[in-house]
Amino acid sequence: MPAEIYLNVAVSGLLTGLVYGLMALGLSVIFGVVRVVNFAHGEMMTIAMYLAIVLFAAFRLDPLVMMVPIAGVLFALGYAMQAGLISPFINRPEHMQFMLLVAVAMIIVNTLLILFGPDARNVQTSYAFDSFAVGPLIVDATKVYAGGAAIVAASALFAFFRRARIGTAIRACADNYTGALVVGLDVKRLYALTFGLGAACVGAAGSMLVLLVDVTPALGPSYTLLAFVIVITGGLGSMPGALLGGVLIGFTEALAGLLFTPSAKSMFAFAILVLVLLFRPQGLLGKKVA
Amino acid sequence: MTDWRDRVPGRGGVALIGLGVVLLAAPLVANDYLLTILILILYFAYTGQAWNIMSGFAGQLSLGHALFVGLGAYVAAALYVHFGVAPWIGLVAAVAVAAACGAGIGFLAFRFGVAGVYLAILTIAFAEFARIGFDHFAWVGGSAGFFLPVATYTRNDVWNLRGNPTMFYYVILALTAAALLLSHALLRSRLGYYWLAIREDEEAARALGIDTFRCKMAAVVISAALTSVAGVFFAFYYNNLFPEQVFHISRSIELILAPIIGGIGTLFGPVVGAVLLTGLAEGLREALDVFGFDAPGIKQVFYGICLLVVVTLLPDGVWPPLARALRLRPREGA
Repeated sequence: MPAEIYLNVAVSGLLTGLVYGLMALGLSVIFGVVRVVNFAHGEMMTIAMYLAIVLFAAFRLDPLVMMVPIAGVLFALGYAMQAGLISPFINRPEHMQFMLLVAVAMIIVNTLLILFGPDARNVQTSYAFDSFAVGPLIVDATKVYAGGAAIVAASALFAFFRRARIGTAIRACADNYTGALVVGLDVKRLYALTFGLGAACVGAAGSMLVLLVDVTPALGPSYTLLAFVIVITGGLGSMPGALLGGVLIGFTEALAGLLFTPSAKSMFAFAILVLVLLFRPQGLLGKKVA
Repeated sequence: MTDWRDRVPGRGGVALIGLGVVLLAAPLVANDYLLTILILILYFAYTGQAWNIMSGFAGQLSLGHALFVGLGAYVAAALYVHFGVAPWIGLVAAVAVAAACGAGIGFLAFRFGVAGVYLAILTIAFAEFARIGFDHFAWVGGSAGFFLPVATYTRNDVWNLRGNPTMFYYVILALTAAALLLSHALLRSRLGYYWLAIREDEEAARALGIDTFRCKMAAVVISAALTSVAGVFFAFYYNNLFPEQVFHISRSIELILAPIIGGIGTLFGPVVGAVLLTGLAEGLREALDVFGFDAPGIKQVFYGICLLVVVTLLPDGVWPPLARALRLRPREGA
């Protein structure tokens, strides 16, 4: 095979990886602050995907534009989930948090199944088959837009955590829970806000991913797993790590799909996960766990 | 000398003996449908018990136990189909393979200090790895599935596990009873106390001189071995194996629902959880039939809501408060 093919696949894997990274960023932010592993992460993303599909089918609204309102809806959902459901579980053992979120995931998947049926749906935008040619490189327009939007969304989140007062307060909760309580921060509200922000990330990522994949209700669990793989590879709780992990996994899956059979591609993602857990358990960019 | 009163079974003992008699006599009155449900309950009680040893007693959360079920199922089924090896002999190989895999995962994880959420995700990763691997493993049918020969059997062949539901019922009943007794014995052994110490505070356990690495290894290996036995049963009971179903994450979740809902780390939690959950699923199906709802997914939505309510209201699971209410077990953790 000529070298251009490898380059093409690598670039498109990298762009898809950016969207994966944004999705995983949500998981990482939630875990880094609230210390809860969101086992319903991929399922929440399928909600965003179906929102994008419905909006497109009914009003011809472009998913890339709808990214912002959909992220807003998911923010509200995440906020409500943390404030109403997860909050009492903060100090309960991991397996109980896990069970709660598995129940949430089960409800989401099957509600979507009742509403939309098991068939795959997608969005046919006017630019679905456009592509950009840069020298020997040919890249799908949808992937360029989606990857670009993921970078914008992730940058906005970084800026929020660095610059905004609330962002600083959230980081304070993550660094020292008791300390945050002592200086009078409303930790419960900040946790809900954080969960909302994490959900907004999946919301944005979901509305971009509808441009790239066909959507079924059963997609949720596999994206939850993918988000875990990415976040652990990059470092659970590290924001740049999530993006790096996303790009790495997107890149690996694309190349593995080309070199081996496509159905075996996620095996390589899991192989990377196992290697990272064994040799650098804190993840590529994670801080050493004390 | 033990007091003679200790030898007389208390309320709990009487209840347990009564339950045993009822279960032994069940096939005399139960029809095939009821028997199938009882088999399902016992299957989940058994796998729950096996998982509970690693995750409940020793506190090492595994979310990938479908791996051991699948390995047990595939090893025994492959030996039977390709070489005509009887399942009870295949069982030995299945247990050996699963225990070796458990030891491998445990060795890697515990050597490098992987624990908690990370261990849970590592176990998922190995199960997923196996799922995709078996999808491409042509010798056992790959993703197209692996099938055991099916025929109508006039007489039960226990040696080859070919027969009617009643035979399978007694096999899984015996397995569940054995797992319960084994768990009981383990909890009262030195190893069992070490596990509880590790679960509560691993640092403190190590400080007291407990070899935590070896104890955790023992927990994984015993749990994996027991779980693989359920896999052998699964293969010969259902007669078909698909990697997509056997190793899937939803199987791992299904398998740990019973012990967590029942009460993680308790002896009777897995049994109580299995009864409740299977009863709930079947009850929902019946109720929805009566009201004429048959949209796919509606049963699972209700099931999810019930789970949500139970975990929110009963942080320790159903069994510990139930046992207190019935005054069966005044002591904690049993």
